[in-house]
Amino acid sequence: MNEGLIFERSRKGRVGFLFPALDVPEKKIAEILPDSYRRQEIPPLPEVSEVDVVRHYTLLSRKNYGVDLGFYPLGSCTMKYNPKMNEAAAALPGFADVHPLQPESTVQGTLEMLYKATELLCELTGMDWGTLQPFAGAHGEFTGMKLFKAYFDSRGEEKRTKLLVPDSAHGTNPASAHIAGFDVVELKSSEDGLVSLEELDKYLDDSLAGIMLTNPNTLGLFEKDIMEIAARVHKAGGLLYYDGANMNAIMGIIRPGDMGFDVVHLNPHKTLSTPHGGGGPGSGTVFVKERLRDFLPNPDIVKEGDNYRLRNSAKSSIGRISGFYGNIAVILRAYSYLLFMGSDGLKAASERAVLNANYLKEKLKKTYNLPIDMVCMHEFVLSAKPEKDKHGFSALDIAKGLLDYGIHPPTIYFPLIVPEAMMIEPTETENLDTLNEFIEAMEEIHEQGRTNPEILKKAPLSTAVRRVDEFRAAKEPILRWFPETKTD
Amino acid sequence: MFPYLPHTEEDISSMLDATGVSSIDDLFKEIPPEIRLKDSLNMPEGLSEHEVLTHLKALADKNKRRISFLGCGSYDHIIPSTVSSLMSRSEFLTSYTPYQAEISQGILQGIFEFQTLICQLTGLDVSNASLYDGHTAAVEACAIAVNSTRKADTILYSKTIHPFTKGVLKTYFRDLGIALKEIEEENGVTSINKLKEQIKPGVAAVLLQTPNFYGFLEDYEGIAEKIHEVKGKLIISSNPMSLAVVKSQKEWGADIAIGDAQVFGLPSYFGGPSVGYIAAADKFMRKMPGRIAGQTIDADGKRAFVLTLQAREQHIKRERATSNICSNQALAALGTTIYLATIGKEGFRQVGNLNLRKAHYFFDKLTGEVGLTPISRAPFFNEFSLKVPGNLPEVMKKMEERGFFPGVNISAMLPGMEEGVLTIAVTEKRTREELDGYATEMKRILS
Amino acid sequence: MNLPENLKYSKDHEWVKVENNIAYIGITDYAQNSLGDIVYVELPEEEDEISKGDEVLNIESVKAAAPIYTPLSGKIVKVNEDLDDEPELLNKDAFGNFIFALEISDAGELEELLSASDYDKFLEEE
Repeated sequence: MNEGLIFERSRKGRVGFLFPALDVPEKKIAEILPDSYRRQEIPPLPEVSEVDVVRHYTLLSRKNYGVDLGFYPLGSCTMKYNPKMNEAAAALPGFADVHPLQPESTVQGTLEMLYKATELLCELTGMDWGTLQPFAGAHGEFTGMKLFKAYFDSRGEEKRTKLLVPDSAHGTNPASAHIAGFDVVELKSSEDGLVSLEELDKYLDDSLAGIMLTNPNTLGLFEKDIMEIAARVHKAGGLLYYDGANMNAIMGIIRPGDMGFDVVHLNPHKTLSTPHGGGGPGSGTVFVKERLRDFLPNPDIVKEGDNYRLRNSAKSSIGRISGFYGNIAVILRAYSYLLFMGSDGLKAASERAVLNANYLKEKLKKTYNLPIDMVCMHEFVLSAKPEKDKHGFSALDIAKGLLDYGIHPPTIYFPLIVPEAMMIEPTETENLDTLNEFIEAMEEIHEQGRTNPEILKKAPLSTAVRRVDEFRAAKEPILRWFPETKTD
Repeated sequence: MFPYLPHTEEDISSMLDATGVSSIDDLFKEIPPEIRLKDSLNMPEGLSEHEVLTHLKALADKNKRRISFLGCGSYDHIIPSTVSSLMSRSEFLTSYTPYQAEISQGILQGIFEFQTLICQLTGLDVSNASLYDGHTAAVEACAIAVNSTRKADTILYSKTIHPFTKGVLKTYFRDLGIALKEIEEENGVTSINKLKEQIKPGVAAVLLQTPNFYGFLEDYEGIAEKIHEVKGKLIISSNPMSLAVVKSQKEWGADIAIGDAQVFGLPSYFGGPSVGYIAAADKFMRKMPGRIAGQTIDADGKRAFVLTLQAREQHIKRERATSNICSNQALAALGTTIYLATIGKEGFRQVGNLNLRKAHYFFDKLTGEVGLTPISRAPFFNEFSLKVPGNLPEVMKKMEERGFFPGVNISAMLPGMEEGVLTIAVTEKRTREELDGYATEMKRILS
Repeated sequence: MNLPENLKYSKDHEWVKVENNIAYIGITDYAQNSLGDIVYVELPEEEDEISKGDEVLNIESVKAAAPIYTPLSGKIVKVNEDLDDEPELLNKDAFGNFIFALEISDAGELEELLSASDYDKFLEEE
């Protein structure tokens, strides 16, 4: 197996592709492109044959783990199965080969798809209208924060700059609020991992812009006081933002709109089964209540008679958030999933996601510490603190141990409020046999950690590479290939 | 009966037993009953796969395609078969962000190769695992500049950059006390004199685009030095396909290079997914946004790749982070990597040359025998803007009826722009027959 | 904990050593220990005028990033360039390696710093 980089396969003179020959007369280059504009040297791209390219990236793919290979209980990421039907839909050339600036009359199919997807997602979230443009969850959060800002500005309430974010929140929440211009205040969770009404009350004044919440939260717990939280925040003049990362727990059961949220983002690459592609493209669709509708980003999609149009809406819009209209191919996959599942299917998916999580939780708490022992939603958080203190193996060691079982580890060291956290989200698409294999693997790892932690600390042994040296990577960063850094 | 839900009735009851609850409903008892949905969601019942695909095929067929001369940020290029075949390998497609390096070497190495290619194209030192698109890349680049220039609060941008980039910049910086100032143009390119007048202390970033929005190439000789005198940073956005023949950002002295790499093997897809790229000089390494793959070694001393410099990122810095990007366009970046690997050094030279030559042949034809007037005499790569006499929307409609998307009516996109300006992109995909056919039809319509 | 008596301390876990009107500033052993293996110290620029409480630099470890706020106002007169190549010096000997030095512009601010024993008490309460 060739372990090299594509650049290291390069041999002068090899070609991997032929473009059609030039079929127009050629002028002297100096006549069309003065020397002062010309690049001096063509970039040293690799010179490889098509076979080299295919072997290289196929071999690379074999060093990568995806949902199609096995269990992926990565908490807060909802790594459910990505239906092949979605891929078939996304490959339709009628969708793929349309230009974002071609006349609206010639892209009615895409516009109709986007419009109908927006309608379905509004129903799913309990909101009034939305935008499908944000490229990712964090981009959706930013969009939502700008909507808050525009709303307050329109009311002359510019002094509302304080944005509450629980200490259990995803890191993107405070970052998004910050770059949108808000002052972030971290809200300390209660002993049972929920929003503390007492803490909340400390901040309910006329500088409050609002609160960002994930419900169920990152511990997998439902914020049962949500109606009270919403009432108090609204009474103080603030708004509520819903981070939809954990929406997979509640489809068809309860809707963010009915819980009092004003702005919601939903991640199709989590909840709606679209693949995450090793880090993206994802999507961070955003939905709002009527009173925030006029602030949605440009352009909006509207239906006029039988026609769909893009419209730069009211002056009050927050403006443009992306070049064109978002990750259309991702929305298309999500739309295909929604049509396939229907109302009953979506509800059944959430029910079984929660059932799977609770089953794992009950089984695993016999071996591992479960800091907050109650019914969970679609995920739960274990703590490997006792293991670390008593036996010297950590959440990281457990994660690396799982790799040798061919299982993707849970999210580790998050949420930050649980020491040695292991956040487990099985999703609904896993069957009982898979869950039981995972439980067994977790028990065996625990046994090995107790009896022979030194071996566990060496895991993984069976992967393409062994444990990698992150310290070295960060201390002496090598971020690109150079001919002289060739090590093999 | 749901194909993606594997639970049998028997499974469900045994799992409920093990969980110690009597029904699935009991699992949701923490949710206040008064706010639970009483009825089913008001959406259709599920469909079979065949029905879904039939419906979507019908929608897809409502979209219309023509011989395309559309550009302005998204282009119709030839895509080698290797690209979709390899990037759709499910080991890549169905993986999450590579947090567990040991089982993610494929995507990590792919990102590392992408970073290397972007550095090679732009001439700059460090890149990242991709950004959303070229427009949001401008925001990230300006944020780096603002955050690494003390006591500077102004971003200058040229009137000739993409209007959507201007829109996105305004949305991001409007509320942050950063001044955005537009530099006037002169004859279809940035006015270098006006730009120089505006470069003074307090300027954090100067954002320029070449080829610019109209397609014309700009000359930045001496600009970088001027900006650096006041400690500002030069950011240049370029269509990366043009970098096969025109000066790289580094050759103009840019501190940060950005752009949109859709041109490398990604279909237009009504604008997305595309992929934004960014590269910067070494000294900005720890201010780069988003994921970065780095080379290191594993426990056996073998070369390995890992996400690195994570201390920059929002999951660590939280509210102190200067960028919030988390998910990016990794798979699209992998697609562009496969594209560039496939066409290689020789292919890149060829495709650059084909674009340049065909665009110039067509320009000569349209300005010659068809009699259209260019809005600038500046050189160009594969896109240019011409003034079309008469009612442009009507002319375009007629061209569409005759099988062409003749270009983008940029007068309709730019407030204050004169009427009738058409921006035309000519890629290697357009044949001489198509170019001649376009010219003939245009001539007929205009006469 | 072994805290040098000749230094003053801030509640942000910095130490200060004053020599003639120059204050040398570093991070405490407690700070380096909670950061873990330090991989990068972003040194400030000499000649910069800074005010008490300004974020003047960042220290990065593999999994953390800590902003350093200056406990004193003044003009930066010196930065410890050894940390460019060997940021781990802060792990090895936090009290022996300053990060930057400034010319004190408001000596009154020194009064607000803690003595070794007060800082020790503060650490116990943390």
